[in-house]
Amino acid sequence: MLAFIARRLFQSVIVMLAVAFIAFMVFRYVGDPVSSMLGQDSTLADHAALRERLGLNEPFYIQFFSFVGNALQGQFGISYRLQQPVSQLIMERLPATIELAFASASIALVLGVVLGIYTALRPRAFSTGVIMTASLIGVSLPTFLIGIGLIYVFAVELKVLPSFGRGEVVDLGWWRTGFLTESGLRSIILPAITLSLFQLTLIMRLVRAEMLEVLRTDYIRFAKARGLSQRAINFGHALKNTMVPVITITGLQLGSVIAFAIITETVFQWPGVGSLFVNSVAVVDVPVMAAYLVFVALVFVVINLIVDILYFIVDPRLRDGAKSGR
Amino acid sequence: MTDLPHSPEQPVVAAKTSRWRTFLKSDIVWSYRHSPVTIVASIVALVLILMAVLAPWIAPYNPFNPATLNLMDGFTPPNSNSFAGRYFILGTDNQGRDVLSTIMYGSRVSLFVGFSATLFAMVMGVGLGLVAGYLGGIWDAVIMRVADVQLSFPAILIALLIFGVARGLIPPNQQEGAAIWVLILAIGLANWAQFARTVRGATMVERQKDYVSAARILGVNPFIILLRHVLPNVMGPVLVIGTIGLALAIIEEATLSYLGVGVPPTQPSLGTLIRIGQQFLFSGEWWILLFPAVTLVLLALSVNLLGDWLRDALNPKLR
Amino acid sequence: MTEPVLSIKDLVVEFPFRNDVFRAVSGVSFDIMPGEVVGVVGESGAGKSMTGSAVIGLIEPPGHIASGEIRLKGERIDNLPEEAKAKLRGRRIGMVFQDPLTSLNPLYTIGEQLIETIRTHLPLNEAEARQKAIDLLTEAGIPKAAERMESYPHQFSGGMRQRVMIAIALACDPEVLIADEPTTALDVTIQAQILELMKELREKLGMAVIWITHDLGVIAGIADRVMVMYGGQVVEQAPVRELFGNPQHPYTRALLKTVPSVSGEREEKLAVIEGQPPILSAAPAACPFRARCPQAFERCERENPARVPVGPAHDAACFGDPATGGPRDV
Repeated sequence: MLAFIARRLFQSVIVMLAVAFIAFMVFRYVGDPVSSMLGQDSTLADHAALRERLGLNEPFYIQFFSFVGNALQGQFGISYRLQQPVSQLIMERLPATIELAFASASIALVLGVVLGIYTALRPRAFSTGVIMTASLIGVSLPTFLIGIGLIYVFAVELKVLPSFGRGEVVDLGWWRTGFLTESGLRSIILPAITLSLFQLTLIMRLVRAEMLEVLRTDYIRFAKARGLSQRAINFGHALKNTMVPVITITGLQLGSVIAFAIITETVFQWPGVGSLFVNSVAVVDVPVMAAYLVFVALVFVVINLIVDILYFIVDPRLRDGAKSGR
Repeated sequence: MTDLPHSPEQPVVAAKTSRWRTFLKSDIVWSYRHSPVTIVASIVALVLILMAVLAPWIAPYNPFNPATLNLMDGFTPPNSNSFAGRYFILGTDNQGRDVLSTIMYGSRVSLFVGFSATLFAMVMGVGLGLVAGYLGGIWDAVIMRVADVQLSFPAILIALLIFGVARGLIPPNQQEGAAIWVLILAIGLANWAQFARTVRGATMVERQKDYVSAARILGVNPFIILLRHVLPNVMGPVLVIGTIGLALAIIEEATLSYLGVGVPPTQPSLGTLIRIGQQFLFSGEWWILLFPAVTLVLLALSVNLLGDWLRDALNPKLR
Repeated sequence: MTEPVLSIKDLVVEFPFRNDVFRAVSGVSFDIMPGEVVGVVGESGAGKSMTGSAVIGLIEPPGHIASGEIRLKGERIDNLPEEAKAKLRGRRIGMVFQDPLTSLNPLYTIGEQLIETIRTHLPLNEAEARQKAIDLLTEAGIPKAAERMESYPHQFSGGMRQRVMIAIALACDPEVLIADEPTTALDVTIQAQILELMKELREKLGMAVIWITHDLGVIAGIADRVMVMYGGQVVEQAPVRELFGNPQHPYTRALLKTVPSVSGEREEKLAVIEGQPPILSAAPAACPFRARCPQAFERCERENPARVPVGPAHDAACFGDPATGGPRDV
């Protein structure tokens, strides 16, 4: 088990280094940091001085190392657009994104699993047909359209929920939470639903497909041949075997929620890291772009690691080093 | 041996079936004709594509020629005449542009970017997949690792990043003209991995087969082996992924344009139109948003349905 | 005169497919006496597995029993509601499948799967069920049974796994055991062990066994009586020695010829039966074997032969007489 974790950790570090490299390339070579920071009225002497200060004349590998070193300390330079340290910007906006991601992931997971199981066990029911059609439409509906639609119905027509922003927030140390105020809770509903829909559809289809596949296996057939009740088969055997691959893929999907938040945050003007990133791309605010890249990679790598470990715990075949026969 | 059921004097006449006939009787055509949803989807998709392709000829107005625009036409509701007296079936936006025409031209842009990006992704993905599957070894390891890592990131993110980087590398005065190509590149690069994965798997399977070994022993150029033998066998899944990938590319482009980092404002796509339309949602001019939105959804949905049908029709396990 | 433990009459199993129908089993009838081992032999697609599935009620939809009756000790079981059928399975009819690796749930220990089966049918508590499970495993020839209860299926070798599956199938002492190609996936030495095990268990427990296989050698090793199936029908039926010694149906004869003999001359080419088995969509109006039969004649095209007695406890569905090459006098 430890060997497994060690190996995965090592791979994660490699991936992070690769990402750091790409981020560094972006950071250093896209656009000109000096001109962007100094603006148009600066002199050549100012440029030269700044170049020296930023260490831009150093050899490539030294710059890369200092980039990594700084990154490990959370230093990502200064945003061109907002003239503030990037790490500070990210920290300020992180709680908003995390709360949104958490809320929507919970909705997507719970509803997705329940609906997936239901549609797998009742393949010919009318309600299943309705759900499957709705999910197909859901996949074809871009997230931003869903957001706009929800805003229109609930904020413009019914006027029960706010159409933008986070509502009032409460400070808990350095974390700002919106969960403790009524306006905060009401503000998070629409964005969370919007963000969850795509994930929900995916999870539901995945659970359904996996379960249908499992129900066709020989061991389920043998379970029937042994006379086990339909209930014992569905929930004792089929469910357990379904959840194993579902855990993996769901975990990976949850990572992408952070990234998908980009769109939702823009639609609802939610002050998270996603909208920060979009704005930075629009004006080519390179330090923010690079930092966001590293941040997202970190999130993914960590989630990947956790999922791998979970998989390891749940599937006994992996513990013996045997191939997981799927 | 056995007594033949018919006497030797009667010659047995074999029916000469043309290849078209055989195709018409095939399982694929059967499942198409028996799936009303698929038929409707294909008709809708066809209509929309035709509308987009023929836009310059069949659009009632040219919405992007400033000379023909009249602000007095602005904010006209659907199915009514403007203050300047012209008729607009779907209404106009704030600048007096006919919504129907903007949708037609917008679909043109959306489809162009969508198709091109998917084509790019397909060529790149299939190519790399063939290489990885056929050559194996380090090629396979590297290509697949990159594909795997990329597949775990959402395409939007990758597209955004590539777009931003490209933007930063291109001098400001060339940004406008290059924007569409950068967009195609970004979406294409975001979507190739799925093709590569599938094709690589199928190629590895084919590579084990005897006819490939035979061809290699004979010294046949591996390129030809790949093209003539392996490729036809993997086209089925590639087609499915391509169709669904097209729907994805269309949605990705719309999203990027909506976010303001997609097509330039001079060549608005459906996403841009939606972005513009959202501003007027609160003031009651709902049609500026609704019609482009509906068009986008219909387009993505019909392509998705076709892809779904294709996947089921080509899947031997479900027969 | 003892009652048969299992009685199948005119069984027809159909699979609707697009706008056509595939007839997997086309009018099969036979009886099984308590304690006897009946071998069901035929090539793939002959309908033997489907017959076994029909008996235990596990035909996958849209397949279904179109007509016919199946009786267990005189009571009809094919038309029971699903819950009633589930009560029979495992308890009165047991089944063993071909691949023990895929037939056991990889995420549960074999102990858990055994105990679960036992407690579904028998009113035992956890400890009693556990003890019974250990006893069953020991009887099935698994050493250190108590420890191995905690093992997962993938931790056993192929032969051991099959023993586990047999133990589970026999856990509740069923009257009939259906074995669907249980040794096909095993190598020959393990196969022999499993056959020995089955013989011992049959001695001890007295259940009837339907042994489905395409391997004539296995049949010779374990069956009391043999049923040869072709094209969804039983074409010949006889006690095992009689069948091997005096095969009457052209298919059976051809089948026996295809078994390469260790002691035969080495120059012989391997005999094959030319052609492909038929895919039926309606009750056959002619003999299903006629296209591949070396002695078919005109009547075979017009009528589907019924089974006629051709020897002691021996019948065959054929119009011809292999001794003369011409029609049989009935």
